[in-house]
Parts: sequence; C-alpha cells; structure tokens
Amino acid sequence: MEEIQNKIRREVVQLLSEGQVDVVIGFEQGSLPLRATPFFLRDIADANRLVWSPFCENNLATYLTKIQGKRVGLIAKGCDVRSVVALLVEKQIHRDHIVIIGVPCQGMVDRRRIEREVDGEILKAHQEGEEIIVEGRDFRKSLPRKEYIYPSCKRCEHRNPLIYDTLIGEKLVEEAERAYHEVEAFEKLSPDKRWSHFSEETSRCIRCYACRQACPMCYCAECFVDSSFPKWIEKGLDPSDVQFWNIVRAYHQTGRCVGCGACERACPMEIDLVYLTQKINRDVKELFGFEAGLDLDPPPPLSTYRVDDEQEFIK
Amino acid sequence: MKKLPKEKVKPFVEKLLQDYEVLGPMETAGFASFGRIMSPGELKLNYQNSKKTPKEAFFPQWEVMFRYRSTGQSVEVKSAEDTGRRRILFGIRPCDIRAALLLDLVFDSLDFKDPYYINKRKGTIVVGLGCNHPASTCFCTSVNGGPFSREGADFFMTDLGDGYLVEVLSQKGRKLLRGFDGKEASEEDKERAKAIADSATRGISSVIEADGLMEKLEKLTEAPFWDFLHEKCLGCGICTYLCPTCHCFDMADEAFDLKGQRVRCWDSCLFPLFTLETSGHNPRPTGRERIRQRIMHKFNYFFYTHKAIACVGCGRCIIHCPVNLDIRRVIDDIHRE
Repeated sequence: MEEIQNKIRREVVQLLSEGQVDVVIGFEQGSLPLRATPFFLRDIADANRLVWSPFCENNLATYLTKIQGKRVGLIAKGCDVRSVVALLVEKQIHRDHIVIIGVPCQGMVDRRRIEREVDGEILKAHQEGEEIIVEGRDFRKSLPRKEYIYPSCKRCEHRNPLIYDTLIGEKLVEEAERAYHEVEAFEKLSPDKRWSHFSEETSRCIRCYACRQACPMCYCAECFVDSSFPKWIEKGLDPSDVQFWNIVRAYHQTGRCVGCGACERACPMEIDLVYLTQKINRDVKELFGFEAGLDLDPPPPLSTYRVDDEQEFIK
Repeated sequence: MKKLPKEKVKPFVEKLLQDYEVLGPMETAGFASFGRIMSPGELKLNYQNSKKTPKEAFFPQWEVMFRYRSTGQSVEVKSAEDTGRRRILFGIRPCDIRAALLLDLVFDSLDFKDPYYINKRKGTIVVGLGCNHPASTCFCTSVNGGPFSREGADFFMTDLGDGYLVEVLSQKGRKLLRGFDGKEASEEDKERAKAIADSATRGISSVIEADGLMEKLEKLTEAPFWDFLHEKCLGCGICTYLCPTCHCFDMADEAFDLKGQRVRCWDSCLFPLFTLETSGHNPRPTGRERIRQRIMHKFNYFFYTHKAIACVGCGRCIIHCPVNLDIRRVIDDIHRE
C-alpha cells in the first residue's frame, strides 16, 4: 500500500509540475478512523497528503462532470474508471481533459460492518498486511480485510482499471465471476415478500439524495425531483412518493450503472436496493449484450436503435 | 432525587405508555433512530447519538398543515393538526434538548408563532438522559452544551449502571412521578452520578473555537476559501437532514381536482431547488454559495438574530457525511483564513 501511495505521489508531482493538469482528484487522510476523504490537489507541496488505503471508498469520477473546463488528474480505481468510460460514452466529459492515474483495487472496506463488529466506538484504524486493526477505548481487534470489503467490491470483476494513462502498481488477478446473486435471491421471493422488502427498505428513505449525488452517472442538469414546473413528484415522505423516487432513480440507470456501490455507501439510512440496479444490468446484458463502462465504442443501448434489437418483451 | 432500578424501567415505561405517546431511541436496521415506541422493549437507551434526530417530534420532515376542498361556491379549509396529543420524548440526549431550545427561538419567538410546532412542543414532556460516553466526534462543550446539561429537560436521568438517578426539573416532569416505583436516591448514588458526569465532560475530546467565529465569518463572505471548500461536497442533504437544529422548510400544495392539502416539508440549503426563483434565477447557483449558506446560517446569521450558534456539537454531520467533510476542520480553516 505504501509503495503504491508513494508512486501515486510521485506521478502526481510530475503531472502538476509539467503542467499537464490543473488539479488532481485523489484521497487524503480522513478525520475519522476507517475514512479517507476526497482531496483536490493543486499545489505539489501538498502531494504528500495524498493517501491510498482500503478506506478510499468514494467514486471520484462523480466530480468530473462538476469540474468541467479544467484538466483533471484522476486517481481511479477499477470502478471509477468504468464510470469514466460510461461518462465518455455518454459524451459528458472529454478524454483529453482527463489524465487517468489508474490503481488496481483490492476492494474497499465496509466501515459500517466493521463498526458493528465491536462494542464501543472505534478511535483508530489501520491496515497491517491483510488485516484491518481497529482500536477503541478498551478493545483492539484484528479483522481480515478481505472479508470486510463492500459487497459491491466482492462482486467486482474489474478491479484493474480498463483504460488509463498511467497504471500504478501491478495488475491484479480478477477473482469475481459474473453473478447476479442479489436479484436472483429477490426473484425467488413471493410477490408479497418482494413488496414488503421493497416497502420496508424505502420506508427509511429521507430523500437526502445522497445516492444521486454520489453517483457519477446522475449528472442530469435538473433531476426530475427538482422540477417544480411541471411537478413530477411531491416533496414529502408519502410512501408512494418515496417509492417513486427510488424506482425512477434505479431505472434511470438502465444500461448506465457500473455497480460501483457509491449509492449504497453514501446512503445514511443503509437502504438496500442493489437488486434493482442489478436487475436492469442483467436485463441490458441479456437483451443487448451491453455492460456499462467496459467499452468506449458501442453507443449506450437506450440511446440507439437496431433493427435486430430484442423485442420479445414488447407485448 | 430518586433512583429507578434497571428492572423497574420496563413497568415505568409501560405506565407512561398508558397515558402518553412515547418517542424514544430505538433500533432500526441496525442503528439507533428516534421513533414512536409501542412497548418498553423497543427502547434502546444505551445508544450514542441517534442517527435521525428527535427534532422530528416537533418539526416532522413532512406534515400536512391543512386540507381544503372547493364546494363550487366556497372553499372549506380544515386544519390537519391534532391538538390533543400528550407525548413524552424519552431518553433524549442533552445536545438534542439544546437543539429544541434553539428551534424554539425560531418557531416560538415574539415575532413568529408557529402553531404546528408550538402545539407539539408544548404537549411534550422532555425526559433527558445524560451522556455517559460522548463520542470522539462530540463537541457539545464548545457550543454552550454539555453531556449532562439539564437545560430544557423536564425530567433527567443518569445511568448509574444498576439503575437511573432521576431528577424532576419542572412541573411537567413532576407528572411522570405518578407511575413511578423507585426509591429516594442515596448519597452514594448522587456522588456516583456526579462522578459519571464529570468524567463524561472531561471525556469530550473534540473542540471547536466558537469565540470570534461570527465576526470572522463576517469578513469572509467573498473569500476564495469558499471556492475550494465546496469542491468535495456532493451536495446531498445528509448533514442538514440529520442535523438537530437545521430547520429550513418548503411548503407545497398537493392538489387534485377540487381538493388538496398544504404540506410543509424539510428543505436543504444544499439542494439546487432551495433558492431557485420563479424567474429561473438562482442566487445560489453552485455548491460554493450553498455550503457557504449552511456555514453562515449556523455560525453567523443565527447568531445575529438569536444570539446563539445553531450547532449543538452532536457530530452527526461529521459521522454521516459520505465524503467526510468535517465541520470541525471547516471551522479550524475559517479561523486560519
């Protein structure tokens, strides 16, 4: 990890001093244990603040559409790069404005799960080999990193960045196999059970829109919930409105979700609707042979038309 | 002062449930939140700060204010507010009580009386619970609070381990003693409570420099500081919605055909729609102006109007921010500007 971190710093110093980029987006040490925090670096004197750890959980590609007009160096994990590809395919960003510093990713640790493994507040955390060590007032616990990575990281088939300008460190062997476990499990439930799961999960939603804001693909200039004329949806917590919001958010990801898990990580209420995006991802794969963020060439399936398109589902 | 042994908590709460709606800390999906409890078993009193705040008891995220219907000739308007509720906020932390006192300044002031808020607030008895183990993110002592501050509580409990030391602090609080089956607290209990409170107060490790903050911000309105501060902010509403003192709201008519309802719901200064004007102009077009508004409102504007900082140091915005944008660091940076 430290070696990777040093390489990242060296690379960034070079990019900035050669004037190849105006700003580098990476991570610095967070203010809380188990956290790193996004860092916008402009001055090479600050390069030693850049960190690389299993706590770099945010998808930094989400900042690319917000920081238009600047040349950006992006420290990017496999999933961040998939988002970059998806944004390029949707023509939201310019490839020549971005320098991708790709970093193969071993998965980011699920801080909430770790917090639940101990009694009391975690005051310190660090990585030691393959273990995450957490310490509190009267405990010290060692947890195997691999077991505590986010579910989306466990599912990840593209830990290595698919495109990059520089690759830091060695490529990893891809371990996960294509699987849609969550949606398959959900499909096995009776309609009543599915409905109650969905209603229960969405009932916790406070409509803070953290899921939307954390998602690189949610870049609409005006989200439908923010339109007051016409008004598509009410603003309160009536279950029908909350459910409507969550469904539309997921479905607007059709053919676009890269499965990075940023939405789940950001959600303060820990709402689990991953089966929804997994469902649309599987459908798009099966119907159109397309997966978001893997390929720069084909147009996104929902913005194009082919005569031989699957149409069995149109009844 | 009295003592309520732990095994007597259940019958005590059961008794309260007969006469009151009881809202307290409870576990939802693996974390503590405030909600209405139907049985004593749902209470989770050994919590650190709840994720959702008890401000919802007085200022719900979403409420129907009135319903209306047109009969052709006239319009009938009916208030949707229930005025007969008797409620208890049970086991609320001193920081959250302080938040309610700050909200009182907004919703129950000489200039503005908000009947919806006041009705719920007046009908509620506040049972405070001292905070034995403040989190590392807590800084209540920097903003005129404390883990054992009794300010605003009608009834206050200190967890002694084997029971609760109970103090009645108002006439409203006295009513709760009717169902109370505890005994007088011993001198030893009182001393133990004091020691716990002292140790908790000493245990607050986070500090913000509140002195001079208002004046400092005064000069910073157009500082380049804001250009960079907002960069990593995602622009979600977590910090405002999980804040016990944030109180901005929007009102809307949900109407269909000849009838409808007017609702009030929380709004967040970080949202694009927050100050969007009818003309299409938005005086706060980017994250820069929005996050500045959040900081300014809490530490400058509110101070101007109410002579208090609109932050109680509960640390929720620190813990739950998806990008770890830490208000403590922001305040340090402001002082350094």
